[in-house]
Parts: sequence; C-alpha cells; structure tokens
Amino acid sequence: MWSISNIANWVNEWLGKNFSAAWVTVFEMVIAGILVISLFAVLGLILVIMERKVSAWMQIRLGPNRVGPKGLLQSAADTVKLLVKEAMTPNGADKFLFNLAPYLAIVVSMLLMAPIAFAKDFMLWDLNIGVLYVSAISSVSVISILMAGWASNNKYSLMGAMRSGAQIVSYELSAGLAILSIVVLTGSLNMNDIIRSQADGWWIFKGHFPVWISFIIFLIAITAETNRAPFDLAEAESELTAGFHTEYSGMKFALFFLAEYVNVFIVCAIGATLFLGGWMPFHIGHWEGFNHIMDFIPSSLWFFGKTFFLIFLIMWFRWTFPRLRIDQLLNLEWKYLLPIGMINLLLVTAMAILKWHF
Amino acid sequence: MSYNLSNRKKVMEQRQMTLLERMYLPAIFGGMAITIKHLFKKKATVQYPEVQRPFSPVFRGLQELKRDEKGAERCTACGLCAVSCPAEAITMVAAEREKGEENLYREEKYAATYEINMLRCIFCGFCEEACPKEAIFLETIPATASFKREDFIYGKDRLLQPLTAEHQQKREQLQAAKA
Repeated sequence: MWSISNIANWVNEWLGKNFSAAWVTVFEMVIAGILVISLFAVLGLILVIMERKVSAWMQIRLGPNRVGPKGLLQSAADTVKLLVKEAMTPNGADKFLFNLAPYLAIVVSMLLMAPIAFAKDFMLWDLNIGVLYVSAISSVSVISILMAGWASNNKYSLMGAMRSGAQIVSYELSAGLAILSIVVLTGSLNMNDIIRSQADGWWIFKGHFPVWISFIIFLIAITAETNRAPFDLAEAESELTAGFHTEYSGMKFALFFLAEYVNVFIVCAIGATLFLGGWMPFHIGHWEGFNHIMDFIPSSLWFFGKTFFLIFLIMWFRWTFPRLRIDQLLNLEWKYLLPIGMINLLLVTAMAILKWHF
Repeated sequence: MSYNLSNRKKVMEQRQMTLLERMYLPAIFGGMAITIKHLFKKKATVQYPEVQRPFSPVFRGLQELKRDEKGAERCTACGLCAVSCPAEAITMVAAEREKGEENLYREEKYAATYEINMLRCIFCGFCEEACPKEAIFLETIPATASFKREDFIYGKDRLLQPLTAEHQQKREQLQAAKA
C-alpha cells in the first residue's frame, strides 16, 4: 500500500542500510524537524486563507480573490509582506523578554505536534502519556502571552495578557475534564491506544450523551484556550487595539499569528483524535463489509478531514458570535462548564464501569 | 392604552427568562444557522474594476466641455462658470475666432485655455447651472487618483468632449448643403 507510514519505513530502512545507527537518528531528527517546520508554514498559509474565505462567505462577501487563482495565493503574498516589514522593538520595552515571547509561542505549538498521529502508524513520538503531555505543554503558551504583554510596556498589552492568563488557566480545567472523560473510557493516555479503541465506532457515537456533553464542553474550552472569538478577550481589537501583540510588527507579529493558527489546528487535531477517532475510518460496529469499504479512504485523509471539519466549526463560531465580557467569560467557566464537566465526568465513569457504552 | 402616533409602539415585557432561554443554546444554534445560510447566498460584492454599477443620471462627476452637433466647441469663454465657482477652480483665457475656424468654435469668441483644478473642485455643479451656452456638464466619471498635483489640473485636452464620427458626418452634410 502507498501510505505515509510505508514511506517513513522505507526512508528508515534506506538510512539504516547506508549509515550507522547514530547517524540514522540524527538524519531522522533533521527530517522530522524540516517536516514540522514545513507543516507549520503550509498550515499557516492554508488556515489564514481559509479563515478569510469563511469569514467573507459568512458575511455575504467574496473575500480575497485577486492574488493567484481564486485568491488562493493571498496568504503567501501576505507572508512576503510580513517578512520584509521591520520587526520593531519599542524603546520602553523589556528587550529580551519582548523578543523571546514570539519564539516561545511558536516553540510551544511545535512541541505540541509531537504526539499527534497524522495517519496510521505515523507520528513523531509515540508517547505513552500523550494526552497528559498535550495538556501540560499547551498550558505553557499562556507564559508567552503574559511575557509579551508584560514586556511590551503598554497598558493595552498588559490588560490583554492578564485577561488571557485568567481565561486560559480557567478553561484549561474544562478542557482537561472533557479530555479525561475519554481517557476514562479508554483507560489509556496513549494517543494510539485511544484511536485504536475507536475501531468499532468513534467515541462521539459510542459514548451516548455524556460524551456529547464532553465534546461540547471541549469545543467551548478549546475556543477559549486558543483565544478565538467569541472568547478573544486577549486581543479584543475594539477595546485593546490588539491586546498582547499591540506592539509587535513584522515577523515577530507573524510568529504570534502563526502560533495562534497552528494552535487551532493542534487542538482540533486532538479533538478529532479523542472524539472523532483520529485517523480511524468511519466504522460501524461489526459491519465488516461497510468497514472494509471505509478502509479504502487513506487514514491521513480521515485525520485531516476531521481536523479541518473542527477548524471550520471554530471559524463558524468566530464569525457568528459577539465577544463575551470578561465577567461573563469567567462566569461561564466557573459557574457552568466546570460543575457540568465534573458531574459529566462522574457519569462517564459510571458508564465506563457499567459498560453502558457500545 | 396611551395615545400612539406611529401605531408601531411595542410594550416591552420584562419577565424572567425561561430555563431554555437562559441556556442560550437555541439562540446559539439559531445564530449558527443564519451564518451557515450566508455561505450559500448570492454575495453582495461588486467586482469593481470589471463590473461597474451604473450611476444615477444626476450624479456629478468630472466636467466635460460639450460640442455642438457639428463638433464645434460651445464654450464662448464668457467666464460665468469661473465666477459662479465657489471653489475658484476654473480659469480660462479667451481668444477670438479667426476666419476658417467656424467648424471648430461655435461663436466668435472661444476659450483658448480652459483649466479646472480638480483638487479645488467640489463638484457642486454650479458651473453647469451658470453656463448660458450649455457648454459644460458634470458627467458620470468620478474624480480619479494620481500621484502628482499637476495631474489634477485638467486642461482642454482632457475636458473636451471627444470628436465622433457623427460630428464629422454632420459637418460634411452641412458643407454639402452649403455647396
């Protein structure tokens, strides 16, 4: 079969024949690094044009349609523009932290790429605590935002950063509880185990309404965690000009921008892995014939299809709802989502113990 | 019931929201349904340089110096437009028509130079109203952009209505009639 994992194995064998074991490791790390960086660039380009198109269509506009066929090269042109712009550092800023923050943001989202299974048997790091790793690393991103806000020496930046700190720290809880409900059902923190447990149906179908509730809570929480509307209080362009990245320009701003979009991709990939079965094709119980037909669609297509469906959902949210106030935002989390999530986790646990799921 | 002129008065009802309303979920799904419907609607965008919306006939754009039916300039350089111009955008130099120029200028006097500063012009249309010879009209081309100030001083080369084949035809007819 012509699949991504076969290509990876073939490269591995070829390197093994020609080089010593140490060099093979070095080469594979370099290849993985290049792949991650190029995936970053490609994702940034695709997601930016997708966001602009979706936003335009939802507002009954056409969106960018001049650069390239149907305007598809618009984001490439924007990237060139950002590259040649001056990356300013304001005089009053804390220069070291100011310049460090965007790189920290991008490094965090790069680290999050590691345990994601992009296709069958194709992932950077088959980590036995993959889910825990993701929720641990993703909370580091708040540091880069706080760092940017504080180092900018600008009241808007600081306010945006503080809001985003409060927001991300709170919503991490709900996201964690929603993720936990799947971990309870699967009994494993390993991404691959979680995907394999969905071979006879995705958790969203197998898990009845407790899993639907966790899915909705997860969607709300990741929208808040990635600072996207209706929870984009960290940027809140109508109140805080641009929030934590008010003072950033050129490529440093672009890195924040890229990190935001890659974070959206990653959280959606995790959502797809946990609730929609990652690269697992659409299987129904023991309908062997049907399942076999579904297996003909490559696993990478399944993964990216589901992920981009969730990304579209999040963009749909962004262009539909008005921004919440900060008190409404925290009320929603602490008074509603967190208690509901906790009770729901109990329900899921009972369901897992009593084997009520399919 | 109080006196109500518009007949559209609505009495606001301030009651507690029901549980369903407080969950906001129906409203959320309603909103999402509206935006997804927009995806399939006909887009309101007009692709500007390729598609141009028609102007209304009363639109006041760039001026045009008109010709009569045989292609002679109607302007006699009387200066009423320059006097009536509140922005003082119009300047002109008058000259006398020589023998043999009857096809070029309608009256014995004509404007040798006629300049409108489009940066000063406010497109009020007073020149059009002041003109006794129906020689200047504000047409439907909106003011254009340029990088140089000099480009906005429109001389006769850009203001004059272009000579068409119809004008030529009319001229030949008149000539034939005279002969």
